[in-house]
Amino acid sequence: MPEQQVRLGTDKLTAMYGKFTAVKNVTLTFANNSVNALIGPSGCGKSTFLRTLNRMHELTEGGWITGKVLLDGQDVYQSGVSAMQLRRRVGMVFQKPTPFPTMSIYDNVAAGLRLDGRPKRGEQDEIVERSLKQAALWDEVKDRLRTSAVALSGGQQQRLCIARSIAPRPEVLLLDEPTASLDPAGTSRIEELVFELKKAFTIVIVTHNMQQAARVSDTTTFFYMGSMIETGPTRQLFTAPKQEQTEAYITGRFG
Amino acid sequence: MNRRVLRRWISNFMVGLMVVAVILAVLPLLFILFNLVLKGASSLSIDFFTKLPVPAGETGGGVAHAIVGTLLIVGLASLFGVPLGIGAGIYCAEYPGSRLTKVTRFVADVMNGTPSIVVGVFAWTWIVARQKHFSAVAGSAALAMLMIPMVMRTTEELIKLVPHSLREAGLALGYPRWRTSLSIILRTALPGIVTGSLLAVARIAGETAPLLFTALGSQYMNFNVNQPMAALPLVVFQYATGPYEEWHQLAWASALVLILVVFVLSVGARLATRRRFHA
Repeated sequence: MPEQQVRLGTDKLTAMYGKFTAVKNVTLTFANNSVNALIGPSGCGKSTFLRTLNRMHELTEGGWITGKVLLDGQDVYQSGVSAMQLRRRVGMVFQKPTPFPTMSIYDNVAAGLRLDGRPKRGEQDEIVERSLKQAALWDEVKDRLRTSAVALSGGQQQRLCIARSIAPRPEVLLLDEPTASLDPAGTSRIEELVFELKKAFTIVIVTHNMQQAARVSDTTTFFYMGSMIETGPTRQLFTAPKQEQTEAYITGRFG
Repeated sequence: MNRRVLRRWISNFMVGLMVVAVILAVLPLLFILFNLVLKGASSLSIDFFTKLPVPAGETGGGVAHAIVGTLLIVGLASLFGVPLGIGAGIYCAEYPGSRLTKVTRFVADVMNGTPSIVVGVFAWTWIVARQKHFSAVAGSAALAMLMIPMVMRTTEELIKLVPHSLREAGLALGYPRWRTSLSIILRTALPGIVTGSLLAVARIAGETAPLLFTALGSQYMNFNVNQPMAALPLVVFQYATGPYEEWHQLAWASALVLILVVFVLSVGARLATRRRFHA
């Protein structure tokens, strides 16, 4: 892979829950417009690591960190950096679809746009349409934008959540097992979508599914017991892992 | 095969028991309604809703003053009770670990179990005895005190029912916490909170004991909440215990109207919970 500009990175990042260490001393970088998979068995710290990147981790009771998270070279945990502003630059999609049940499809997508004062009507319509198109949902919902978002299928809801996350034009998109609650058809649509989205965003995706990591990602990082065991180009990590634990995990001997 | 038959028998028997339980639970309610309609409906007339009471012994007259009184007293109580209850409920749901929450929740639970006449005595001591006269305001204060813990606990429980993932989704979009609470969490729980509040209003509309020595009751049409005021439950109490047949008739009719008011509020609560969207 050619040298690429680093968008997001961590420097000796350790994440704690009270006295329990969930992520140990991880230094990692994510290049611009790349898809980066985080894999590892349950409880290995990959989700916690993901949640430190947009400072969601600190909202969990007892959550704190040491080390740095660097977005475009700036430490996001520095005093004076607003977590709210950061989360508009680093969007997140969760394991279960979380459409806002009281809002229409349109309002769901527009939900993140209304924070910096209301955008103009026409402008907002444009952004909603663009986001839904980017999330490959526009054709399915364009005739019912004003209807309830919870009437959509699970896969559609998840694509709606992706549209909602990308509407404010973040730089980075964090996906926390985005296909865990979807059927195979919904899963493959999201995977295709991830491939498209990397043209515009830097993506970090946590997944339980190794085939998925192999299919969609440029780099893969393997976590085990809170430590980063190995990271590298996806093809290399899956075909010629350097660490024994990585090999054991990807060949299905544990986890 | 034998076992399957036995199982089916037991199943049918248990279902039968449940049906009996349901009938036993609903029967008294139906009986009350039936009785009220039977004895009260004949006295319902335009006069009943528009006229004031006539001197004892004469026929005719109505309870317009009590209908107005109930609306005023309950309205005033709700004006204070609903916002305070909802506010306290939101606080308890948002800050479940704080000491203030634990104290508030405990006090609310105790108040929910307090007999309403005790609350009436309290209002008498603090408002009536100080002002040295009975007033509708004192009655409203007593009713509001009964209402706040009910509304508070419902609000808290309903907010807690909103999935945590929705809160996280809001925060992950860059919403500040207060905005997540208001425009996502509260908005999702709102239909339930409206229902809970209306049911609390319906509950206190029928309270008699707290009004006995606060609003006291009155024979006149009165819009001044600083004066004693009539209310439907008080009219029922006064007329039902009186010696005249006409009074008994009015008591039945008033009770019927009271039940209808509660019924309308409950139906309103149902309508409020209906989804905004029809998919």
